[in-house]
Amino acid sequence: MSDTPRSFQEIILRLQSYWAAKGCAIMQPYDMEVGAGTFHPATTLRSLGNVPWSAAYVQPSRRPTDGRYGENPNRLQHYYQYQVLIKPSPPDLQDLYLGSLKAIGIDMEMHDIRFVEDDWESPTLGAWGLGWEVWCDGMEVSQFTYFQQVGGHDCHPVSGELTYGLERLAMYVLGVDHVMDMPYNDPDAPIALTYGDVFLQNEQEYSRFNFDIADTDILLKHFEDAEKECAAILAHEHVDPKTGHKIVMAQPAYDQAIKASHLFNLLDARGVISVTERQAYIGRVRTLSKLCADAFVQTAAGGAA
Amino acid sequence: MPDLLIELFSEEIPARMQAKAAADLQRLITDGLVEAGLTYASAGAFSTPRRLALSVEGLTAESPNTREERKGPKVGAPDKAIEGFCRGAGVTVDQLEKRDVGKGEVYFAVIEKTGRPAADIIAEVLEAAVRNFPWPKSMRWGTGALKWVRPLHSIVCILSDEAGAQVVPMSVDGIEAGDTTRGHRFMGPDTFAVSSFEDYEAKLKRAKVILRADERADMIWSEASNQAFAAGLELVEDKGLLAEVAGLVEWPVVLMGTIADDFLSLPPEVLTASMKEHQKFFSVRDKTGQVVRFVTVANRETKDQGATILAGNQKVLFARLSDAKFFWENDLRIAKTGGTEWLDALTNVTFHNKLGTVAELVDRMANLSAQIAPLVGADATEAEAAARFAKADLSSEMIYEFPDLQGLMGRYYAKEAGLSDAIAAAAQEHYSPLGPSDDVPTEPVSIAVALAEKLDKLSGFWAIDEKPTGSKDPFALRRAALGVIRLVLENGLSLKLGTFIQDDSLLSFFHDRLKVYLRDEGISHDVIDASLAMPGNDDLLLLVKRTKALAAFLKTDDGENLIQGFKRANNILSQAEEKDGVEYSFGADLKFAETDEEKALFAALDAADAKIAPAMTAEDFAGAMSAMADLRGPIDAFFDAVQINADSEVLRRNRLNLLHRIRTICLSVADLRKIDG
Repeated sequence: MSDTPRSFQEIILRLQSYWAAKGCAIMQPYDMEVGAGTFHPATTLRSLGNVPWSAAYVQPSRRPTDGRYGENPNRLQHYYQYQVLIKPSPPDLQDLYLGSLKAIGIDMEMHDIRFVEDDWESPTLGAWGLGWEVWCDGMEVSQFTYFQQVGGHDCHPVSGELTYGLERLAMYVLGVDHVMDMPYNDPDAPIALTYGDVFLQNEQEYSRFNFDIADTDILLKHFEDAEKECAAILAHEHVDPKTGHKIVMAQPAYDQAIKASHLFNLLDARGVISVTERQAYIGRVRTLSKLCADAFVQTAAGGAA
Repeated sequence: MPDLLIELFSEEIPARMQAKAAADLQRLITDGLVEAGLTYASAGAFSTPRRLALSVEGLTAESPNTREERKGPKVGAPDKAIEGFCRGAGVTVDQLEKRDVGKGEVYFAVIEKTGRPAADIIAEVLEAAVRNFPWPKSMRWGTGALKWVRPLHSIVCILSDEAGAQVVPMSVDGIEAGDTTRGHRFMGPDTFAVSSFEDYEAKLKRAKVILRADERADMIWSEASNQAFAAGLELVEDKGLLAEVAGLVEWPVVLMGTIADDFLSLPPEVLTASMKEHQKFFSVRDKTGQVVRFVTVANRETKDQGATILAGNQKVLFARLSDAKFFWENDLRIAKTGGTEWLDALTNVTFHNKLGTVAELVDRMANLSAQIAPLVGADATEAEAAARFAKADLSSEMIYEFPDLQGLMGRYYAKEAGLSDAIAAAAQEHYSPLGPSDDVPTEPVSIAVALAEKLDKLSGFWAIDEKPTGSKDPFALRRAALGVIRLVLENGLSLKLGTFIQDDSLLSFFHDRLKVYLRDEGISHDVIDASLAMPGNDDLLLLVKRTKALAAFLKTDDGENLIQGFKRANNILSQAEEKDGVEYSFGADLKFAETDEEKALFAALDAADAKIAPAMTAEDFAGAMSAMADLRGPIDAFFDAVQINADSEVLRRNRLNLLHRIRTICLSVADLRKIDG
């Protein structure tokens, strides 16, 4: 492996091996539509309770309002985040993070890395934390957050979360100006593919769908169904009548919260949510997130005895 | 006399919090030391992105022994009282002494405190300071319970004198104080030991950390100015940005870069806003005022003299400005069509949930502007059109991105829409004046819309009972009222506020703000009250003219004496009226005048009447006051020569009626009863 990576996927692979070598469980993307890597249960749910945790993964993320039909140099409605969550946050997390930048070919001797105040808050997850956006030569390359509260619960211990916007980071490392021109696999591969070869058509299709086609009546109905389902799942007895075991269905309920969140994002992109309604929808999703967090802390993984 | 050095080393502290944190550290520690009985010669606090430091010089080595006696309850007092006394004094009951103080035996507590070494005191004070530090926002990390602004890694706490340095033994949540620290994150990462403040500052510098924020700011400012000057350009001053940037670096390296030609068509304000908000760049302008370069401040030196860093920053700026240009061009296209699309969009923007949408606000402003226009010399149609366009830019992409540019962008867009210069100016100026030092618009159309905007805001929030209370003024209504006052006074406008505001309490709010405004000009509240009591007090210009004339009059010898004469007349008259149960307003008759002084007063009052009434009609307050001043001599002479309560009831009544004329004439100018002294 040369010092400077040659493709988008090489950057991902280097991050995977780096964090694997630092002891993280390398997980796979969550199999649902989410707006950010934070929504993966490996972050949201696992940051709750006192059970130690350490995971890293790529998460495809969808932000329907950011669609630009693949024309904007760095705005996409579907993009990748690289996410690391370690609980409790280790004392050398900043150094570990800087090591990951070195691993993808950023030479600390030549670049200006800065930690600039950025408080993180997710109104739909009922979560907040303090940290920074990390700048490399004036460009934001990551979010670095110490979780203080998730789903309305104080975090004890505190998790350290790192989020890398992969496309933007890779474009910088590879010196590419338009995301669609970025080499996806090795440019010398027998069949060399650019990011555009892989994703341009998707961006066009989804931009049209998100902005103009998605059926808002169906979306609204799905939103309400997910909301109902989430509450219904959690209303069940904790003891499973069939096995006699205590089984709290936190994650199945959380799936519904994730669905509601994504449906809200789609409705937002369709422009059918007014300013005042917006707050109300966010509040409804937050209620679901909190219910799921309440349920998760009653499970073994959530630290319940 | 030892010196104390403290350093709290953490992960990056937000730039905006550093200066106050350093000051808080100094206050908490020095207050704590003094309270525990230590004294010191001097202290100084410092901050960098990763550390707070405090140096205390000439500290006493230990606190003195103290002995305090406290007198307690009588012997035989209820147990509860005795226990309470012991608790307060920190002694046990058997330690109390009984003493006879002449009225029986009383308990005494003798509290003796042995002096303590400075190190013990410092350890306690520092731990308390760390645990109770007033960060605006703080956090926990790892498994700990301690809160700090970001994870706290190490503490230096040493006492040093000629004999050397010693670590003050203390720890907070497992962080043990020591004598070692680190330099720059990348250029001086190794730990090193320090033995005094001088040693600390010098070693930090060697490890590429400038400890003092002002020194970093000076370095940045002078280096950036020099680079700009060398290129025949000028650095745009921004003190807030300078302080912030000085808080983002431990070792400032100034780099100047160019802005691609593609973006030079953007308004300079947009360039500056985009570079400052997103990238914390300084702007560099040429002689014409066009922003042509930027200055960024890196936190490190590199082998290539910052070339890679600058190239990266330039690239980021290119992307940012591409966005800005995209917004600007989209906005100009909409502006060219008159901005109707923006105005329509305002129907979806809430102004306040009880006061409707911004579109409704615009309607109200338009009507009010048309109504105000003739009173301020503006064309009603033009003022209305200006109000209709004033909020259009709020829907633009540029304002979505840079809210601080509201108004300014409106001005550009109004020009693009082909609207008149007056309308374009009003789009920007109707927000003014924003503060006491902000310029007041002087263009009639701008004045009309600026007044309409503020009067509507005040009436609206008054109507929904969202008035300012105490220090709470979330809608900046005090500022709006002061804005109206300054618009009226500085432009010399005769405007009856009562035409536009219905609520009496809102009018008194204006009067309160006016008092504050005039107090700053050295006019005391009683003088203002004397004018406020007169009719027409909703005309602020008239009110201020009257107040100023009165204030000037009261400073003269005649004025001061006339007030005394008036008060004497008024007091005698009021007492008589109360006693007799009548008002002596029948008119005094010259034929009952006995003495020359009395006759002279009749003549003087006739003369004053003849002058004051027309002067008041002409709003010539100075003339009226000077006519009133002529009464001083006759009034004084009258009181010296004449007995009001004469034996003859006819004479008495006539003289009281004469006093009533004095009162009436004086009160026609201002309510002199309100004047103090």
